[in-house]
Amino acid sequence: MTLLEFARGPMLHFALIVFVFGVLWRLVSVSLLGWRKSRAEARNPTGKAITGGAIAVGNRSWPHPEFLKRTAFGEAVGYGYHIGLFAIVLLGAPHVIFWKNLFGISATWWPTIPGGIISVISIVTIFLMLIATIRRYMHPPLRRISNFDDWFSLAILYALMITGVLAVFGLGGRYEIILAVHIISFNVLLIWFPFGKLMHAFYIFPSRFITGYKHEKKGAAS
Amino acid sequence: MTTATQTFSRQGASGTDLSPSEREEHAMQAFAQNFGAYAALNLEACIHCGMCADACHFYIATEDPKYTPILKAEPFKQAFRRESGAFAPFFKLLGLKSKVTVDQLEEWQELLFDSCNLCGRCSLICPMGIEVAELIEIGRRGMAEAGLAPKALAERAQHQAKTGQPEESVRPYPEVLTDIGRDHNVEIPLDRDSADIMVCLPRTDLEQNPESVAAMARILNSVGADYTFRSDALIAENYGYYAGSTGLQKKITQRVVDQAEKIGASLVLVPECGHAYTALRWQAADIIGEELPFRVRHITEYLAELLADGKLKLGKVNGDSFAFHDPCQLVRKGGIMDAPRELMQAMGVDLREMENKKGFSFCCGGGGGVNDLESARPLRHRAQELKLREIDDTGARRFLTSCSDCRVAFNDAGEHFNWDKKTESLVELVAANIKE
Repeated sequence: MTLLEFARGPMLHFALIVFVFGVLWRLVSVSLLGWRKSRAEARNPTGKAITGGAIAVGNRSWPHPEFLKRTAFGEAVGYGYHIGLFAIVLLGAPHVIFWKNLFGISATWWPTIPGGIISVISIVTIFLMLIATIRRYMHPPLRRISNFDDWFSLAILYALMITGVLAVFGLGGRYEIILAVHIISFNVLLIWFPFGKLMHAFYIFPSRFITGYKHEKKGAAS
Repeated sequence: MTTATQTFSRQGASGTDLSPSEREEHAMQAFAQNFGAYAALNLEACIHCGMCADACHFYIATEDPKYTPILKAEPFKQAFRRESGAFAPFFKLLGLKSKVTVDQLEEWQELLFDSCNLCGRCSLICPMGIEVAELIEIGRRGMAEAGLAPKALAERAQHQAKTGQPEESVRPYPEVLTDIGRDHNVEIPLDRDSADIMVCLPRTDLEQNPESVAAMARILNSVGADYTFRSDALIAENYGYYAGSTGLQKKITQRVVDQAEKIGASLVLVPECGHAYTALRWQAADIIGEELPFRVRHITEYLAELLADGKLKLGKVNGDSFAFHDPCQLVRKGGIMDAPRELMQAMGVDLREMENKKGFSFCCGGGGGVNDLESARPLRHRAQELKLREIDDTGARRFLTSCSDCRVAFNDAGEHFNWDKKTESLVELVAANIKE
């Protein structure tokens, strides 16, 4: 079995199992702790609070103008590389083929972005990640609260992005090896996902919703 | 000069001295009581983006990263990960999360008490929607049970739970209240056997702003309210909440509930006090474990309702421009967004808004019991400097708010900085402009 076969065979399957069960367990383990109902007289009815929760899911992506002066740069960089990652993973032609093969789905309507544009997006994304990394190291509060999880998650992402770009441009050695390392990086990301901060991709929705819901029940700012 | 350690109460909520291992155990028990799904979600969702620092007046004023709000939740987070998180056994087995120690809790004392007003501005900025202030509040609860809440708060909480007053006063508060009525020539009903409304008072107003107490009575008399104060539940502040002691907060809350039930009140009016509103309006029912048998309203909410119903008629104030400070617990966290402005509008107040207003207002710096902490004073002043500048930038000549704790904080800062404004009470302004 070649390294590439191993990467996209047994290792990928193992990583997917860890990912699916790990993510489910992280979500279930939170719910098992129990939700406490407030006994205080609500200012707003439940229907309005649910709307408030739904609004919070959307509007927390857009900073309040009061904070923008201090946060605009960090948010632009953060959201910038997240958008880049989504575009590459979901709309890059090789990845679309990968998903189709993996899940056995043929979705001919699924759009793809031309390779040249994906390459530019990839370079820009790596550049933004670099700024985010430097910022994490230089910005005092960020540096103070950063831990192994933050640095390791970034390291995996760099491995994934850099090997992806090298594979596309045919740089860095034999294509099969680079591609194998790229897929191994992806597998490591899947395995690490449920254990660290990458879980924010799933927590973001309930977290925003419930806070928005609770605030709206009180009529508080959200 | 006292050290931070000397300012700890060293007594748990039981009132007895605790050994270091007992402290750790008590803190852990308090944390465990708060290991609910919502707290877990708040802890798990953090992406360490550090944006909460950009909302916190203590960080903005000092640029010291230790004041990053989410960092203040670290002991609670550590306890959660070790004891109750999704991979707790794994963390424990491999020793990846150590136990929260007394030394660590002592190190966090300043962060949880001196440098946090529980104002909740950090909760608004979080892109993940994390209720950071609630995590800090849970941190305080662990500290209180471990006997590591500041003495100034813990002792007042114990005194208030026992006697109804946070500390001894030269004269009992009911007598002070009677004197205020006599001195200001206003009838103040005290200890009536039955009334529709029970009213509480901020201790600070009784001691420092008697005009405010008289103003509230004058308004209630003018609208013909069926109300009374009760000697056994006179004080609005809940020092149990400030100190983080769930047990003492419950006892203090129960005193108010019992008195209101005794006289058959359908409404308890919270005076100009923000944290009293949070403690009674939003936390009381959960802390005593049942729905309250009465409604709770802040005085400005009640007055705005009377205004809307045409039961309160107000004249116009003349000339001066005003800035208004939105108390965090009433507005950002309490949801009383419009009532103060409706009252000001009815009086024709020329309101000059601050850059950060309503839900986004910066805290006065004194909330959350910080006014009571001498050790917090220098840091508080640094944070308050920002706020005073923002008020001055409005160009307003006068300055209003609707929380006595905020008034105490602003008066102290004003004295420190030789500020040219006096902090006035919105209720006093209303009382002075009632149309009979």
